[in-house]
Order: sequence, then structure tokens, then C-alpha cells
Amino acid sequence: MSNGERFLDREPSRRDERWLFIASPIIVLLLWEAAVATHLIDGRFFPPPHKIFAKIWELAVHEDLHEDVLASMRRIVVGTAMGFFPGVLLGIGMGLSRWTRAFFAPLVALSYPIPKIAILPLLLIIFGIGEMTNLMVVAIGVFFLSLINTFDGVRRIPKQYFEVARVYGVSKRDVFFRIVLPATAPSIFTGLKLGAGYGLILIVAAEMIAARHGLGHRIWNSWETYIITELYACLFLISLIGIALAFLLEKLETRIIHWKQKDAD
Amino acid sequence: MTDNDNSYHIRLEGLGKSFQDKTRHVRAFDDLNLRVRHGEFVCVVGPSGCGKTTMLRCLAGIETPTDGVMEVHRAPEPETSPRAMVFQQHGLYPWMTVQGNLKFVLDASPIPPEQHEEIIDRHLTRVGLSRFKNFYPYQLSGGMNQRLSLVRAFCVNPQLLLMDEPFVYLDYQNRVNLQALLLELWSDREPTIVFVTHNINEAFTLADRVMVMTRSPGTFKREVACDFPRPRDVLELRKNTEFQDKVFFVTQDLKEEIQAAARLIEEETARKARTAR
Ligand SMILES: Nc1ncnc2c1ncn2[C@@H]1O[C@H](COP(=O)(O)OP(=O)(O)OP(=O)(O)O)[C@@H](O)[C@H]1O
Ligand SMILES: [Mg+2]
Repeated sequence: MSNGERFLDREPSRRDERWLFIASPIIVLLLWEAAVATHLIDGRFFPPPHKIFAKIWELAVHEDLHEDVLASMRRIVVGTAMGFFPGVLLGIGMGLSRWTRAFFAPLVALSYPIPKIAILPLLLIIFGIGEMTNLMVVAIGVFFLSLINTFDGVRRIPKQYFEVARVYGVSKRDVFFRIVLPATAPSIFTGLKLGAGYGLILIVAAEMIAARHGLGHRIWNSWETYIITELYACLFLISLIGIALAFLLEKLETRIIHWKQKDAD
Repeated sequence: MTDNDNSYHIRLEGLGKSFQDKTRHVRAFDDLNLRVRHGEFVCVVGPSGCGKTTMLRCLAGIETPTDGVMEVHRAPEPETSPRAMVFQQHGLYPWMTVQGNLKFVLDASPIPPEQHEEIIDRHLTRVGLSRFKNFYPYQLSGGMNQRLSLVRAFCVNPQLLLMDEPFVYLDYQNRVNLQALLLELWSDREPTIVFVTHNINEAFTLADRVMVMTRSPGTFKREVACDFPRPRDVLELRKNTEFQDKVFFVTQDLKEEIQAAARLIEEETARKARTAR
């Protein structure tokens, strides 16, 4: 007992955090296995992890699981790009120009609170079941998050940055490309990260109804055919995609925003 | 206007500035009259809130005066910038390296691009930052950042240099070093400088002339000539009795202003308390 107390007394080092990142899911999976084996929980609703991994293997070998994974990933990437760039542009426009802000602010305020998945039926009517509907759902979700974070970032640029530029007679063009863009970059990234995460949620939901491929579609199928291990297999894969996405964006961010002190922990 | 207007770099005639928003009206400064010759080094001291920063921002073109005349002439010299400014907090751009920060203002100046690299190297060497050329501001100390912001102003070869308490956040040692550095940089081409400070010692160390402002809304109350020979030794000068007398005299003067301001505030609060009762 006293040993354990001493262990938890110190703060975890970076190395501790790294091995715990691997160890904690493994521990939970092992506990899960044990709980099913001892009939503590019902294996029909909570199939043991080894069965889930076996299912992933089976689907990957005998069925076109990779096609579903790729379809979902492609939709996230393309849909995110479709929403991200217009969102950033309008966000900067609203941040810099009073006229743009005055015109678009009420429109954004009205449309932002609508849960984006509620637009799906409308998109289905417009685009039918197919690629465009799925892409648009993601794009609309990402658009708003990019827009709002970018706008916020522009509004938070310290006034002094503009004043220094004014005193030294810096051109409008340089103010835009060498002050506004880099000063807003961290917020733009926040928007992108939030947007991509939200995109994953949206695409899975949309695919349940509006697609013939994709992890969302497969989840819906497994529910209809009552294959619970397959359902879990899809959840695992979605979680992996989410982690990979977050990891890549994090790497990209530290590459682009290199002028900031890393948090000292 | 009897003078030839171009004989002065700056001419202020009854200059005033008010801030007005929905609820209140603030008079930042009032009836400022000042003429500054080309190449003159003027220091402005005054109680807190008397409008020094606002006056400087008007001269810098980032604020507009509301009354009176403000003329800032531009000499027809090639390859000079009309003005530069050093702020209280360094105002460097965190995403630009040390040399990037200089390059940014040089690009906006009339100085031909092929000279930029040489200018950057020369200036960084003078302030001992050449080793840190590719560092970012967050990797430098406060003193180093303020030195950088000082050479940023000088590297564009400004005709007019505006400085708003640039050394106020530095410790004593850094402050003295930077004062000496400023005098050295200034002596090269002697741009006109208007330098605002709370520190009366600092004002007499640097200036050709010290302007004393009254309490808010500030106006010029007194001007004290400060013609100690140059080049000056920042520390030696403090032993000079004439220097000490001038510092003492203006300190006394400012103390009165500050006490009067405090009395006014006291009376005001007392009056409010009475009317509230
Ligand atoms: N943007 C603004 N809006 C409204 N009032 C302002 C603004 N800027 C300054 N003021 C007011 O103008 C007056 C003068 O301010 P200023 O900053 O010029 O004083 P200062 O002499 O520089 O003071 P300090 O020595 O403390 O820096 C103050 O009463 C201040 O509240
Ligand atoms: Mg001030």
C-alpha cells in the first residue's frame, strides 16, 4: 500500500505518459475479456475483444472492409477540404471587414445552431443518395467550425500588430499575408481539428442512410442483420481513424506553427 | 505664421485631443504648442494619464487630434523613412525571426532591397544580436527583445523617431545599457526624436530639451534646456551637479502636479460622497 502511494505521489514523466497511452487500453481490453469469461457481463452484447479482432481480420480478408474504410476516409478528407477553405476565407473576411461582418453575422447566427445532420434529408432531396450528399454533410459541419474559429482568431489579433505596421507604412498586402494570416494560423488550426473530428461524426451518421459504402453503412447493416461483433469491429476502426486524423493534424500544426513555445510539461 | 514652416520638423499649434464615446468625454491633452527642429532630441515627462502616449500616437499617425494644428514635415532626403516608433512593449512579431522582423519593416521602407541584408547584419552586430539572427522573439530575453525593437526603428533610417517609455519594463542595468546604445545609434544620423518617459534622470541623460507636462489634461508647463556636451557618458553625467540640479528641479515640479492631481481626485470623491448622502 505504502509503495503504491509513493508511486502515485510523483507526477508522471513523459515516458510514463507514453507507456500508459499503450497500456491503459490494453488493461481495459484484458479486464473486458476476463469479465466475459467469468460471465460478469453478457458476451452477446459485449463480445470479448479477441472475437472483435478476429472479426476485423475476417472482414478484411473475406469481405471488402478496406473499401468501406477508404470510402469513409476519403469523404472526411474531401468534405473537410470543401468546407475548410470557404470557412477560412469568410472568417477572415468577416474579421477584417465591417461590411462583410454586418451582412453575414446574422446569417451565421441563424444557421449555426442547426444540427448539421438535420440537413441530411434536405441534401438527399437535392443530391439523392450518393457521394455529393455525404461530402456536403461533412463540408457544412467543417465550414461553420472553420468560419467561427478563424473569425475569432482575426478578432483577437492584438491591435498593436496593426499599429506597428501602420507606423512603418507596411502595405495592405503585407499586412494580410505577413500579419493577419500567421497571427490567425493557430485559430485556423483549432477550427480544422475540431472540424475534422466533427466530420467523422457526421460522415458515419450520414453513411447509415445516404451511402452504399463506408463504415456508417456497415454499422447500419450489422444492426439490421444483428451481427454484434461486426458492429464493434466498425466502432474500433472509427476510433482508430479518429486517432490517426488527430495525430496527423497535430504533426502538421507543430510543423507550420513553429514560432510558439511548446507547453512546458 | 511668421516662420518658414519647413525650418521645423514638427510644429504643434494649440493641439488638443478628446476621446468621446457614448457615456463619457475624456480630454487627453490640451493646447499643446511645440516646435521641434530637425535632428533635435526632445524628451517629454509628465504625470501618469496626462496624454503623453496619445500625443505620440497622434505624431505617429495612428490617432487623430481633434483640435489645433499638427505639422510634421518630411525632408526630401532619399532612402529615408518618414517615421519609426518604439513601443513600451516591444511590439515584435512572434512568428518572424530576429532578422525577419527587421526585413518586414525594411520591405516597407524606401531603402532598396539589395541593401537589406547588409543593413540587417550591421544593425544586429551593433546591438550584439548577430548570433541570434534566426531566433524567434520567444527565445530571447526581455532586454534582447527591446534592443531588437530599437534597431528595428533605426534600420529603416527614419527622419522622425517616436519612443514611448521604451525602457520602462527593463531592470536598471539593461536600462542604462540601452540608454547608451540609443545615444550611440542616434549619433550616426541624428534623426529627430520625441521620447516619452516617467524617468526624469533618463530624460536629462538623453535629451537636448526636456518638456514638462501638467496633470491631465496635459499641456506643456515648462521647457528645460539640456545642453550637456555630447557624446555623453550615461553614468558620468549623473555626477554632474548641474545635471542633478535640473533633475531635482523637474522632480519637484512634477511632484506638485501629481499632488495637485491627487488633491483633485480626493475632493472629487468627497464631493460625490456628500451628494450621495
Ligand atoms: N482609446 C482611448 N479611448 C478613451 N480614452 C483614452 C484612450 N486612450 C487614452 N485615453 C485617455 O486619455 C488620457 C491620456 O492617456 P495617455 O495614455 O495618453 O496618458 P499617458 O500620459 O501616456 O499616461 P502614462 O504615463 O500612464 O502612460 C487618459 O485619461 C486615458 O484614459
Ligand atoms: Mg503612456
